[in-house]
Amino acid sequence: MKYVYCLSLILVLSSALVSRSATNTVQPAIKASMDRGKIIYLQRCMACHQADGSGVPRLNPPLDGASTVKGNDKLKLVRIIIKGMTDRVEIDGEYYDNNMSANPDLTDTQIADVLNYIRNSWGNKASLVTAVEVKAARTKIK
Amino acid sequence: MKKMFLIFLLTSLSFVSNANDSTKVNITNQAVADADNAGLTLPSGFGALIAADNLGRARHIVATKQGGIYVKLERLVGGKGIVYLTDANKDGKMEIETSFGNYIGTGIAIKDNYLYASSNEDVFRYQLDENGKVTNPNNPQRIVKGLWDKRQHASKSIALDNAGNIYVNIGAPSNSCQEVDRTKGSKGMYPCPILDSAGGIWQFKIDQTDQGYHNGVRYATGLRNVVGLDWNQQQNKLYVTMHGRDMLYTLYPDMFDTTVSAELPSETMYAINKGDDAGWPYVYYDHFQKKKVLSPEYGGDGKKAGGEKAIDPIVAFPAHMAPNALLFYTGNQFPAKYKNGAFVAFHGSWNRSPLPQEGYYVVFIPFENGKPSGQWEVFANGFSGTEMVKNPRDAKHRPCGLTEGPDGSLYISDDVKGTIYRIVYNAK
Ligand code: HEC
Repeated sequence: MKYVYCLSLILVLSSALVSRSATNTVQPAIKASMDRGKIIYLQRCMACHQADGSGVPRLNPPLDGASTVKGNDKLKLVRIIIKGMTDRVEIDGEYYDNNMSANPDLTDTQIADVLNYIRNSWGNKASLVTAVEVKAARTKIK
Repeated sequence: MKKMFLIFLLTSLSFVSNANDSTKVNITNQAVADADNAGLTLPSGFGALIAADNLGRARHIVATKQGGIYVKLERLVGGKGIVYLTDANKDGKMEIETSFGNYIGTGIAIKDNYLYASSNEDVFRYQLDENGKVTNPNNPQRIVKGLWDKRQHASKSIALDNAGNIYVNIGAPSNSCQEVDRTKGSKGMYPCPILDSAGGIWQFKIDQTDQGYHNGVRYATGLRNVVGLDWNQQQNKLYVTMHGRDMLYTLYPDMFDTTVSAELPSETMYAINKGDDAGWPYVYYDHFQKKKVLSPEYGGDGKKAGGEKAIDPIVAFPAHMAPNALLFYTGNQFPAKYKNGAFVAFHGSWNRSPLPQEGYYVVFIPFENGKPSGQWEVFANGFSGTEMVKNPRDAKHRPCGLTEGPDGSLYISDDVKGTIYRIVYNAK
C-alpha cells in the first residue's frame, strides 16, 4: 500500500514535470511506466489489438491513432480496462464485433502503466495517467 | 513519335511473352485469365481473373445456373446489401445489374428457383425467374426471424438440402462460455446456457414464414462458430467448417505460451448427422495430440482428454485461420482430382500475435466417398498482397466466400475490397 502511494506520488510529480516541459522526448517517469505497461500489454491486450496496436479490421479496434486512446477522457479509458467493452458503439467511424476482456484484477498502477503504454506508443502521444487518477476513477465505476 | 514506337514495341513484346506463357489460360467461353493471374498463385494449368471489383464487403456468394452471381454484403452500399452481377458480353468481367435488400449479412444460397439470403437475425427467400433474376427484390418472404444477434459471431451462414430444409448457423456470442467472456480468471458456465440458442446449426423449413427458435430444430450443437457450410450432394449430408476458440495464452498464461496459443486449437471440418455434438465449449481439438482436449475453463490442462460423446473432425487445420467458406466441387472444368473434393476459403488469422498471421488463402482437400482421401493443400494464395501478414490490417484482400459457376469455374469473394476472383483451368 505504502509502495503504491509512493509510486503514485512520483507519478503525480513527474506528470507535473511533463506538462511544464513540453518537449518531444519521452520523460523518464513516463518511460518507466510505459516499460512496465508494455509487459502487461503483451500479456493482456496484444492478442486482440496486435503487437503494434493496429487492431483487427471490424473485430478489434486499432489503438494507434485512436481518438479515445489519445484523448483526455481518462475516466472512460480506465472504465474500458476494468470493465471491458461489449457495446455496439461506433469507434472513429467503424464498428467492431468482438467483446473486450474485463481486467478488474489489475492494480491502479498497472492500469496507469498500460494506459501510458498505449497512449505513447505507435505514434500516439498523450499526457501521463497516474495511479492516483486511476484510483479516483475506479471509485466512480460501478 | 518516339513514344509511339516505344508503346508499339512494348505491346508487341508483351504479346510475345504472353504467347509463350504456359500459365496463360484462354478457355472457350472467352473468360481470359488476367496477365498476372489477378495477383494469385495457383497450381499449374490454372489461371485467375478479376470478375468484379470494389463491391464493398463481399461475404458469401452464389452463382445462378445462368452464370449470374449474387453477392451478400456485410455493409450496405447505397442502402443495399445484395449485389447481382451479370456478364452480358461474356468476357468474364461482370457488371452490377441490380442491388437490393436493405440488410447486411453473410449467408446467400440458391436452391431450385429460389434465392435465400440472411441478415444477422433473419433469413429471407426470393423467387428467381427463368434468367436467374430475382422477381421480388423488395418484398421477399421472411422464412426465419429473431435469431440471436449479439455482435460476436453473428453472421448466419446457410445451406439447403434436397428435402425442403434450410440449415442456419447460429454462432456462439462467446469465446469459451465463460461467465465474463474472454476474461482471465472467469469460470466456464456449466452447463453452457448459450447452447440453447446458439453454438450450433438450426434446421428450418424452406417455405414457412417467420419461423424461429420455437419451431426450428437444433440439428447439431457444440459448434462454436461455423461460417462455412455446404450440403454434400453425393453423401446427402451437411458438412461444416468451424472457427476454434481463441486466447489460450491470454487467459491461461501459466498453462500455455504464445507459441502454443498461436498453434492451438485446430480449425475443424465436420460431417454432420442430425443430433451431433462437436463438444464446444467443453473441449477443443488438438491436431498434434490428435484428440479432443478438455478446455481449461472446464478443468483442462492442455493434455486431459474430454468430450467422449462428441464427434471428431474429419479434417483438422492449423489454428485461427478462420475457415469462412466450404464448397464441394462438382464441376467438370477442373482436373478429375478436384471432382467432389472440398475447397475451403480461409479468411486469415488474428489470434497468432506476436507470430506472423496465417491463412488468407483457399485450400483444397481431395475427397472419396465423403471422406478426405489426402492431405489438404493450398490452392490459391496471394490475396493478402504481402509475403507475410504480420497484422490482419496489412492484408489487401481476405478470402470469404466460394461458389461454382455453371461452367465449373470457381469464384472467390474478398470482403476487404469486394473483389470477386474467377479461377479457370485450361491446361491440356
Ligand atoms: C478479447 C479481445 C480484446 C482484448 C484482450 C483487449 N481488447 Fe481492447 N477492445 C477490444 C474490442 C473488441 C474493443 C471495442 C469494443 C466495442 O466496440 O464495444 C476494444 C476497445 C478498446 C479501447 C477503446 C478504443 C477506442 O478507440 O474507443 C481501448 C482503449 C482498449 N480496448 C484497450 C485495451 C487494453 C489496454 C487491453 C489490455 C489490458 C485490451 N484492450 C484488451 C478487444 C480487446
